[in-house]
Amino acid sequence: MVAETIGKSNKARKLRNHIILHIILILGSITMLVPFLWMIGTSLKPPAEVWLMPPKLFGSYLNFEAYTKLNSRFDFVLYFMNSVKVSAWVVFFQVLTSCMAGYCFAKLHFPGRDKIFVAYLATMMVPFHITTITNFLTMTRVGLAGTHWALMIPPMVSAFGTFLLRQFFVSVPNSLMEAARIDGCSPFGIFFKIMLPLAGSSIATLAIFCFMGTWNDYFSPLIYITDARKYTLPIGLANLRGLYQTDWCLLMASCFISILPVLIAFLCAQDAFVKGVALSGMKD
Amino acid sequence: MAKIKRNKLNDDTPYAAVMLAPNLILFILFMLFPIIYTFYLSFHKYDMLTPMKFVGLQNYIDMFNDETAMTCLWNTIKYTIMVVPITMVIALMLAIAMDSHIMFKRFYRACFFIPSITSWVAIAVVWCWLMNQDFGLLNYFLSFFGVEPIPWLTSAQWSLISVAIVSIWKGAGYNMLLFLGGLQGISTSYYEAAELDGASKWQQIRFITVPLLAPTTFFVFVTSIISSFQVFDAVSMMTDGGPGRSSSVLVHYLYQNAFKYFQLGYASAIAYLMFFIVMALTILNMKFSKGSTEGFY
Repeated sequence: MVAETIGKSNKARKLRNHIILHIILILGSITMLVPFLWMIGTSLKPPAEVWLMPPKLFGSYLNFEAYTKLNSRFDFVLYFMNSVKVSAWVVFFQVLTSCMAGYCFAKLHFPGRDKIFVAYLATMMVPFHITTITNFLTMTRVGLAGTHWALMIPPMVSAFGTFLLRQFFVSVPNSLMEAARIDGCSPFGIFFKIMLPLAGSSIATLAIFCFMGTWNDYFSPLIYITDARKYTLPIGLANLRGLYQTDWCLLMASCFISILPVLIAFLCAQDAFVKGVALSGMKD
Repeated sequence: MAKIKRNKLNDDTPYAAVMLAPNLILFILFMLFPIIYTFYLSFHKYDMLTPMKFVGLQNYIDMFNDETAMTCLWNTIKYTIMVVPITMVIALMLAIAMDSHIMFKRFYRACFFIPSITSWVAIAVVWCWLMNQDFGLLNYFLSFFGVEPIPWLTSAQWSLISVAIVSIWKGAGYNMLLFLGGLQGISTSYYEAAELDGASKWQQIRFITVPLLAPTTFFVFVTSIISSFQVFDAVSMMTDGGPGRSSSVLVHYLYQNAFKYFQLGYASAIAYLMFFIVMALTILNMKFSKGSTEGFY
């Protein structure tokens, strides 16, 4: 009898706690989502209703004009394709170099291995802008400033990516490699036949992070790219904002499309994202 | 046996050389060398046209006498003081709420995380609109509580605060995930024991969660400070440092010096000032947090 009432009050308390938690989380979610809903809503408003007070999320009817006239008002498709090109290149090479180096640092034995790896770790602490100043000089001197190469070459290597893949390869048991070695497999063969197929989820994590960083990068194109034909999306949008300060429908529509690729990647691979964040928190 | 093993160990070197080379060469060219060269630059005057001139510590001395640089440093510190603690508290609260067995976890997690994967350009465009003094949603919302319209982005008093608010909004989800990772590492047996002893939920948070989460908190604190000191995109796109210099931060000033006025030596000195401050804070925090966790155990 007593146990029953305790159980009941416990249950009631649990339910109450859960309701409070849900209220906090729902309020939080609304705060996070409203700006995005506002972005979509405004992009679909008839232009005359953008400045209406009191503000409404959606207009009196859905107006897709901003989306259809997008490319006629500025080079949206061109910027989009520039972003695709730069991002694809950087993701591919950053993943490749990180896998190979991560494997070397984790599984191969060569003199100075751990000292070199510490140098990689140490650079993760250094502000990005310190390296940018010298890289800008280097790129200017070799004549690549102003081209996409300036955006594509330096990020082909990432200390974080190397670290991430090394952490993964360390966790692969040595016995797996020893067996392959005894069968006469070279370190190359082990890498391509055993290690790479195992590393799928770590590769996905790095690829997504790298894609997000490159796709959203604003600073590098800002300092390197001067020719409007070579703009990537972030810098193109920032420029568009200066040109069409008042055409909010157009601005919101292009912003919305520009965030879609990362958003889709995130929603498809939420777990890889979460894992990546967790891993970045385990540096020590 | 040992001899065979040794031979095998040595065998790896050529393979490692081939597989590591692309990474290592680019790493040295674009990471290691720039770190050293920018430091070297910070002792020189260099504008890319006339030859480099050694000036010793002059760039650093100039910086401390440069009112604009000091305003930017002060703004960066103010921004960090606003953003880091508030983001951490909100992120921790959200993480604790998310740590229980609760429905729609994935949905909430996605909602909180979406702002941090979105580019600053898109976010700045929307928030500038939301923060519009006359037509913005934010002032409209606040008007229900009797708040007079706030000139978020157009007044020197509010501009830095506005940037900080949006940064907190954007960063909370990412830090929540870091905290969530830390929370899941704490064994539930502690909470069960505390519950048996009659500890309230609040006491459990205060005496179990917070101390056991110290390593994660330290990590979140350090990474937040590093990223706060490097804030640029937000400022550049929301206010461009204005009005006046009211929301200009160190990287914004660094950007102008390096890539607009081509004062590369001076910009390097600013970059290194930033680095030294972040390093000092990290070391201080490391010492401080070590003391507190040792006290607990």
